[in-house]
Amino acid sequence: MSQFSRRKFIKLLAGSGALVSAPGLLTSCSKGARAKIVIVGGGFGGATCARYLQKFDSSLKITLIEPSRQFITCPFSNMVISGMQTMDSISQGYTALTNHGINVLHTRVRAVDAAVRMVALDNGDVLQYDRLVLSPGIDFKWCDVEGMDESDAEIIPHAWKAGAQTTLLRNQLRAMDDGGVVIVAPPVNPFRCPPGPYERISLIAHYLKQHKAKSKILVLDAKDTFSKQALFMQGWEELYPGMIEWVSASKGGRIDEIDVATRTLYTESGDRHKGDVINFIPPQKAGVLAQNAGLANDDGWCYVNQRTFESKEHKYIHVIGDASIAGKMPKAGFAANSQGKVCAAAIVSSLREVAMPEPSYVNTCYSLLSPGYGISVAAVYRYSKDRGIYKTGGGVSPLDADAAYRLQEARFAKGWYDSITMDTFG
Amino acid sequence: MSRFLLLTVFMSCSIAYASEVLAMEITRAVMLSNSCAACHGTDGKSPGAIPSINGKSTQFLVQALHDFQDGKRPATVMGRHATGYSDEEIQLIADFFSSRP
Repeated sequence: MSQFSRRKFIKLLAGSGALVSAPGLLTSCSKGARAKIVIVGGGFGGATCARYLQKFDSSLKITLIEPSRQFITCPFSNMVISGMQTMDSISQGYTALTNHGINVLHTRVRAVDAAVRMVALDNGDVLQYDRLVLSPGIDFKWCDVEGMDESDAEIIPHAWKAGAQTTLLRNQLRAMDDGGVVIVAPPVNPFRCPPGPYERISLIAHYLKQHKAKSKILVLDAKDTFSKQALFMQGWEELYPGMIEWVSASKGGRIDEIDVATRTLYTESGDRHKGDVINFIPPQKAGVLAQNAGLANDDGWCYVNQRTFESKEHKYIHVIGDASIAGKMPKAGFAANSQGKVCAAAIVSSLREVAMPEPSYVNTCYSLLSPGYGISVAAVYRYSKDRGIYKTGGGVSPLDADAAYRLQEARFAKGWYDSITMDTFG
Repeated sequence: MSRFLLLTVFMSCSIAYASEVLAMEITRAVMLSNSCAACHGTDGKSPGAIPSINGKSTQFLVQALHDFQDGKRPATVMGRHATGYSDEEIQLIADFFSSRP
C-alpha cells in the first residue's frame, strides 16, 4: 500500500460515514485545552509516551491505538525461548493505561494524512489530531533475502517480534534431537536490540547444556563485530566451552541464499550449512505503518528532529522507538521508553508554547548469559544541534568480573524488567 | 510568616484544582529524573530488585551519586551511569527524588 493521497483520504472518510467536511475541522485545532494526541503503537515507546503525556497534562485527550490486547515484550522473550520463563510472564496489558484516562483502541491504522491531520482506523473511525506520535517498531526487509519470504518464517522463525514466533522457536528447540545443530543468523546494522541475538545464543546454549548437551550452535553473522562482544565471548568460554562457534561476516558468516525446504544456508564464501533449527533474523526497517505514511527514508528508517522526535518529513508527526534514527541511541525498549518521555515533554511544551528544557536520555541493555550471569551496557545521552543525540557517559560491564558481580547484574536485569514494564504499562 | 501562609493557601487552592486537571511543570529536573524511572520505577518507586530512590534525603542521593562517580561506592551499572551527569545535574536529580513521596 502506498501513501494515501488527500483526495483518496477524504473519499475514505466519506465512505466511512464518520466525517464529510474534513477541511473545516482543521480550524478546530486546539491550543492547550483538550488538545488531541493520537499515539500509534502500544510498545515501550508509544505506551510510555501516552503515560507521560497524561502525567504532564491530564487535560489532554490521548488515544493509543494498538491492535493487540496483550503486548508481548521482546525483552525477556529469550528467557521464554530457553524455557526459563512463560509467555504469560512477558505479556503486558493496557488496563492500567485505560484507568489513567487514556483511550486505548484495539484496532489498526488504515491511513495517515499529514495534510489534514487525520488518522483513519480499520474499525471505521477517523481521528483528528493536534499531534500524532508513531511508535510502529520494526518490519523486515524480505526483499533483501534470497530464497525466503515472510511466510517461510513459519518454518525458519525469526522470533524478532515476540509472540507466536517466540513459541515457534521454543517448540523447535524442544523437538530437536540431542546432537543437533542450531544456526543463529544475526542481521546487519542497524537492527532492534543489538545485544539481543547474542543473549539468545547464550540462553539457547543454557537450554542445550541442560537437555541436549551434544548439540552445537553455529552463528553465521552478517557483521564482523557485535555489542558487548568481548563479554559475551568470555562468558561463552566460561559457561559453554566448545558449544558455540561464531563466524564473522568476512570469514564466511554472510548468508547469500536460504533453501527453506532443506533448512540449508548458503554463504557468500561458498559454504553450505544445514541446521536442525535455524533462527534467521532478517535485515530490518521501520514498521510498515511509517513506510505507508511516507515518513521513512530510502534506507527504511525515519529521520526526526532528535530533540523533539518530530518527523523531518511531516510537521506535527513524531516518530519514536526502533523506527526512528535517534543519533547514538540503540534500537531498544529502554531507549524507546526514554524517547517516549522526551517526546511527551516536547509535545506538551509546544502546546503550552514554552521552551522545553534540555532533554536527557538514558539507555541500559542487560543481557543474561545464564540465569545467574548478567552483563550490561549503559549510556546517558544529551542533544546538540550539530551532533544530534550524543553520549555523555556510560560503559559496559568489566571483563573478568567475579561471579557475585555477574549474579548482581542478573538480579538487576529482572529488577529492570519489573520497573520498566510498570513505568510503561503500569 | 504571613507571606508563607499566603503561599500555603495559594498552594492548597492549586491542589484543589489539581484534582480536576493535573498539569506538571516540565523542568530540567523533570527531564533528567524521568529517565531514571525505567530502572528505579516511576517517580523512583521500584517494584523489584532495583533500589527505590523516592523520599531519600537530598544529601544522601548527592553523596551516593558522587561516590558512584569516584568509585567509592560499590556498584555495577551506577558507576557507569553517574559519569554522565554534572554536579549541578546531580543536585537537580537528588532534589527531585527527595521530594517524591
